[in-house]
Amino acid sequence: MPTLIRNRQIVAEPSPPDLVVFEPADDLSALAGRIDTLQIVAVNFPKFGDGRGYSIARLLRERYGYKGELRAVGVVARDHLQQMAQCGFNSFLLREGEDAQAALAAFDDFSEAYQASAAQPVPLFRRRGA
Amino acid sequence: MYRYDEIDQRLVDERVAQFRDQTRRFLAGELAEDDFRALRLRNGLYVQRYAPMLRIAIPYGLLSSRQLRKLAAIARRYDRGYGHFSTRQNLQLNWPKLEEVPDILAELASVEMHAIQTSGNCVRNITADHFAGVARDEIVDSFVWCELIRQWSTFHPEFNYLPRKFKIAVNGAVADRAATFVHDIGLHAVKNAAGEVGFRVIAGGGLGRTPIVGHVIREFLPWPHLLTYLDAILRVYNLHGRRDNIHKARIKILVKERGVEKFRDEVEAEWLRLKDGPATVTEAEIRRIEARFTRPQYEELADVKYHEVQTPFAAWRKRNVHAHKRPGYAAVSVSLKKTGVPPGDVTSTQMERIAELAEQFSFGELRVTHEQNLVFADVRQAELPLLWQSLRELGLATPNIGLLTNIVCCPGGDFCSLANAKSIPVAEAIQRRFDDLDYLHDIGELDLNISGCMNACGHHHVGHIGILGVDKNGEEWYQVEIGGNQGETRTGEIRPALSASLGKVIGPSFARADVPNVIERLIETYLDLRDSESERFVDVVHRTGVEPFKKHVYANLDQKPTDRRRALAA
Repeated sequence: MPTLIRNRQIVAEPSPPDLVVFEPADDLSALAGRIDTLQIVAVNFPKFGDGRGYSIARLLRERYGYKGELRAVGVVARDHLQQMAQCGFNSFLLREGEDAQAALAAFDDFSEAYQASAAQPVPLFRRRGA
Repeated sequence: MYRYDEIDQRLVDERVAQFRDQTRRFLAGELAEDDFRALRLRNGLYVQRYAPMLRIAIPYGLLSSRQLRKLAAIARRYDRGYGHFSTRQNLQLNWPKLEEVPDILAELASVEMHAIQTSGNCVRNITADHFAGVARDEIVDSFVWCELIRQWSTFHPEFNYLPRKFKIAVNGAVADRAATFVHDIGLHAVKNAAGEVGFRVIAGGGLGRTPIVGHVIREFLPWPHLLTYLDAILRVYNLHGRRDNIHKARIKILVKERGVEKFRDEVEAEWLRLKDGPATVTEAEIRRIEARFTRPQYEELADVKYHEVQTPFAAWRKRNVHAHKRPGYAAVSVSLKKTGVPPGDVTSTQMERIAELAEQFSFGELRVTHEQNLVFADVRQAELPLLWQSLRELGLATPNIGLLTNIVCCPGGDFCSLANAKSIPVAEAIQRRFDDLDYLHDIGELDLNISGCMNACGHHHVGHIGILGVDKNGEEWYQVEIGGNQGETRTGEIRPALSASLGKVIGPSFARADVPNVIERLIETYLDLRDSESERFVDVVHRTGVEPFKKHVYANLDQKPTDRRRALAA
């Protein structure tokens, strides 16, 4: 079973059968109306280099105000994790074969980011002088 | 130079550590080839025809002597003692070893350099007008804005896996010396009636196999909104750009398929949601970035008049010395287009000497141009003769900036695994044919660009003459275009930036040996048709169309060159 990381913890837990998996081409506004009723939204990453899910996550968090668990599924590798977290994901279903322990360290590859994001809404330049 | 603060430095150091680990995992078999490919590419590492190629970022083309010395040392220690300056204002090493790349990156980081996002489907190195800060027609110093955008684009969490690569160019002057109309996004600094600075935003331009001139999607964007607007464009592109076909994945195709109006509406709608949010740029940040740039300590000087006209020094001054906004100073192009040397190539020894000369003559800084030359931006006019002597000893004073032999050329089939054909030997053959300086000066301003394949790294679509290597049944052939134009680049004439134009193919392609003859025929046609010396080759093509050129080329291809050259030179 692929490993799930939630809030930086490795957890052993099967995916719920009613998990809503959002595909990158799906219409986000269709989800918007019932966003408050959802406890988990999963966004699929069909390929290593398909980056649509990053925008989708930010929209869900920053525009639609989604507060629940936001899970990255599909081709989710350790090299993606920190940026996914910055965009608002807080759980990650690692692809087969990923070393979960090593992956945990990847959240701290970079100690700072220049940009505004879901995880840090204030860009570095507004914090730098402060 | 922008000087890193502690955070800028830390991020670059952390990238070295991250890449070192990624390389280790790949070499240990823990990371699949395809995955490592996506990771190494966004750090500038390609696997080439013979060896890996490492592309080192030179943000907006600005370098210090200290950095250039480090590049020289790296090229000597890890490569074969030379590097290649590219049309993206970067430096490419053609022979590094994969396992040594992390060490190279660590050396780069020690002089505030990196290879971040010099490749891969992410925002690439920001390019700029190479006369930023010194041009007489300057509106803003584009380097400050480039640095702002560099930081915004570096590891942007949302835009690191775009449908395709993404290139942004910034021009801060009236003339467009950054080819802004053929970038994914081009930005022109402009001032509104109230004197406030903003940007004209151009989107959807690009070269490659589907060359398109970009569209102005916003005439005036007040500067505080620059980053939120870029976020909006990138978000629309990231979500809707095509990912099903690599050849249709650039933003230009999205703009084309959606239509400019609809694309603009989507961007504007997205931007309205981001506008005035926390990513709105502050005056304090612009001041902070400005203050971290080193500034030349100019002296109060008077202009120096040089009177002689027929000497080699005068020829160099005419072509390679450019006006400066400060009296008594000049900007100097260091030509990397000496016949027999691949365009843009520099040896480690030359780099070290150039670094020394930049310290002696130009405050220890220099710029790389998108035409693959170098610029000393702040030279005292009184020292021009001495600088010229020194450059001449290094073979870097060829007086050909803006002329036919200042050929822009990709590495081509000699190095690149994508190439259909060689490009460097073609450049050399043309340079050898046009070896008469008087003739070259008489032909006047002419951009000649060569790409070894349709990816168009040599920007052949915007050359006044563009040459494209094509593959015909396994043989190398060359297609010729004329009438391209990278935008209004002319200095000395202050005029609004005109749009770029794309060349038109004159007809069936040619064997490599015929290319110099073809160029000769094109030039003959031009000289016959021009009204005066001030009507450039590209102006004539635009006035007459391709037809007279085509006719003369194909009717007379096998004939020997005329005696015009001698007649003119006499």
